[in-house]
Amino acid sequence: METLSLYLCYLGISVRSQMQYRVSFVIRTLAHFVICGIEFLGLAVLFQRFGQIDGWSLAEVGLFYGMISMAFAIAEAVARGFDIMGRLIRSGDFDRLLLRPRGTAFQVLAQELQLLRVGRFAQALLVLLWSVQALGLAWTSSRIALLLLAIVGGACLFSGLFVLQGTLCFWTIESLEIVNCATYGGVGAGQFPLTIYRPWFRHIFTFLIPVATINYFPAHAILGRVDSLGSTLLVQWLSPFAGFVFLMASLRVWRIGVRRYTSTGN
Amino acid sequence: MPQIMVEDLRKSFRVAHRRPGALGALAGVFRRTYREVEALAGISFRVERGDLVGYVGPNGAGKSTTIKTLAGIMVPDGGRVEIDGLVPWENRIRHVARIGVVFGQRTQLWYDLPVIESFDLLRDIYRADRNTYGKIRDELVEMLQIGSVLDTPVRQLSLGQRMRCDLAAALLHKPSILFLDEPTIGLDAVSKLAVRDFVLRLNRNEGVTVLLTTHDMDDIETLCRRVIVIADGKVLSDGTMGELRQSVSSERWLAVDMGDGVDLIDEPDTRVVRRDGHRIVLAFDPRKTPPSQIIARICEKHPVRDLLVENPPIENTIAELYSRRTA
Amino acid sequence: MSACLAMLDARIRVLLQYRTVAVAGIATQIFFGFVRVMTFTAFYRSSAAAHPMTHEQVISYIWLGQAFLLLAMFGVDNEISEMIRSGTVVYELTRPASVFWLWYSRCVAARIAPAAMRAIPQVLLGWAFLGLQFPASVLALLMFCLALTGSVALAAAISLLFTLSLLRTISGEGISRMGPALVFLLSGIVVPLPLFPQRIQPILNALPFRGLMDVPFRLYLGQMTWQEGVLALAQQWGWIVGLLLLGRWLLALGVRRLVVQGG
Repeated sequence: METLSLYLCYLGISVRSQMQYRVSFVIRTLAHFVICGIEFLGLAVLFQRFGQIDGWSLAEVGLFYGMISMAFAIAEAVARGFDIMGRLIRSGDFDRLLLRPRGTAFQVLAQELQLLRVGRFAQALLVLLWSVQALGLAWTSSRIALLLLAIVGGACLFSGLFVLQGTLCFWTIESLEIVNCATYGGVGAGQFPLTIYRPWFRHIFTFLIPVATINYFPAHAILGRVDSLGSTLLVQWLSPFAGFVFLMASLRVWRIGVRRYTSTGN
Repeated sequence: MPQIMVEDLRKSFRVAHRRPGALGALAGVFRRTYREVEALAGISFRVERGDLVGYVGPNGAGKSTTIKTLAGIMVPDGGRVEIDGLVPWENRIRHVARIGVVFGQRTQLWYDLPVIESFDLLRDIYRADRNTYGKIRDELVEMLQIGSVLDTPVRQLSLGQRMRCDLAAALLHKPSILFLDEPTIGLDAVSKLAVRDFVLRLNRNEGVTVLLTTHDMDDIETLCRRVIVIADGKVLSDGTMGELRQSVSSERWLAVDMGDGVDLIDEPDTRVVRRDGHRIVLAFDPRKTPPSQIIARICEKHPVRDLLVENPPIENTIAELYSRRTA
Repeated sequence: MSACLAMLDARIRVLLQYRTVAVAGIATQIFFGFVRVMTFTAFYRSSAAAHPMTHEQVISYIWLGQAFLLLAMFGVDNEISEMIRSGTVVYELTRPASVFWLWYSRCVAARIAPAAMRAIPQVLLGWAFLGLQFPASVLALLMFCLALTGSVALAAAISLLFTLSLLRTISGEGISRMGPALVFLLSGIVVPLPLFPQRIQPILNALPFRGLMDVPFRLYLGQMTWQEGVLALAQQWGWIVGLLLLGRWLLALGVRRLVVQGG
């Protein structure tokens, strides 16, 4: 619909400005790819020494890693606008968004599509493809569908977290580092099957910041493994929707934040 | 039915109290103190459709806060505002689609884009009718003489060019009300005239209601039939320029140019305001002594080459008004 | 020298204003520490073999890494890189070679204050609640502190080198982004260096990066004899001097290039 075409207009502008310095863009994307690769290299080193982690092999962990990193890369690319909310408020440019007859969240979202995150996306995709091949899994349509569902649900979840991070700026001008616990912490924690963590930690990332729903549970269905935590196949298929729900809830909180902003000025 | 109705508008802010020095900064880590600042203390006024109103006041008087409230981006603590039947902050999207706002300090255009692309994007944002948009845009471009810069990225424009583009941008969606916040600040003389001329034509010919905040008194003199003066969050004066002057003082000024003479003019019923070289400015009260009398007396006694009767600059009037409020 | 002290003072002033940021920062780092500790705990219970470091030692290593993380950020210095990007760097470079030491001081100062603010509470919390062992001995503590000083100087030098690489626009951008990540890995923060494969250890020992985190931490844990420790410290400072000389040379090269291009 009409809002979508406006969104695409905005994206076009963002992409064009990023492509202005093409060489620099390519280098930065490549660098991002390498940096993410180094992260996985660290993981591989550990597996080389220890062999497995609580019964999970490197290939299986690679699936978890690939899924969640791809989801995160999408969120990083799309929801980047919320990351710079602090600057927007400080400069007074957020007022201008309020003066336009469009939703504020939409306008913030539409500001930027950070293409260089393709670096992380590509690296994660490679890991995913490798692990599927190493595990000897077949590319059935249901497997692909669930994979896509989990990744999209994950992208929604992480986008929701970025929205919350941006919303915090309405209260304090500094974007609090603590939300990194949820975003980068969530990615870092989700790289491994949640069973390796203590119960209290598991519960945080299942119910509060439901990383498990977009990673751990669907992965079991994809792997064809029985979940030691007891989730059924139905749960494993439905859980990625929690990511969408989380995003909707975050947008509610955003609206509260905007209300506060207009009440107290800046 | 007034187009803009403001009744007893109130707004206060909490401001963090900063303590001086490094020790103070350390103490501030543990406990923060606040103080209340009353930005608006009961502002009331009405604006009819097609009015051109000046909104004047010293810094910190509450001008920006008023504009933000009327624009719908700030929620007041108390009072009523109705613009075209809508409460601005409760119907943000509908309200904002009908108004145009120009901030003198910040542009609303996209820095890296050519002006014309900003315009097109705004057209889509405001859902302007595609058929009429082209005509409206071309008219604005013509009136503001910005045809030559349409393909230039905004960051390369001079301040004057940018302001004119901002004016066009604010009007692309045919709003019925235009809020201008310091539109001529920092502009060169030519641009100022262009902006004023444009706003005047916009108001007279298109009937766009304009509310203008400014520090520039020439803006006020040329544009505004009506001036609202505020200070400390309250309205000090609301009326035509003539009424404003009268409320402060009925004085008028007589500027006398004496050619080469360096006489002193000491005339009863007059007061010397200023003197530079052979030019003297005298103040007098036309209610006590008609100007013709004073002129006649002076011409008798002194070699007058030229003279001019004028109103005291509006700055003086307003400054007087400000200083009275503390008295 | 007084310029550097003034800079330090100003930075502390700024930091105190952002109290919530500091607390949030510490909480974040502790959180990440938890995740990593749990990960390693899981690895250790999955393998019955002997390893170069015990489980408890790895836990201490990790908490030390979290506590002193800011000390070892080897990314590009923001102020200087901004100057290079905007071109105002030419004004700085018209002054003699003292610019190099000013920039170096800036790099050093950028580390000390925020790092100390975060490190001290985390070490205390680590001792009290998180399983951080006390230093193996008084000598170990002493050598640890000495190594930390070297660590700061080394990290600042590396950061400065990455910043200087920006003077060579194209390749500099790539280096200044990928480099820090590589250094990160090779310093022991991601995976404690002793846990790397045996075959790679000689390479790791030859590189300067272990002087950043690995050497101080191993000294703390008493994993080195005092002779090995002294050797490691000497190596640290050798690298610092070497890298600084390299930096001086790069700067001179960069200046000449800018001058040739006409500013």
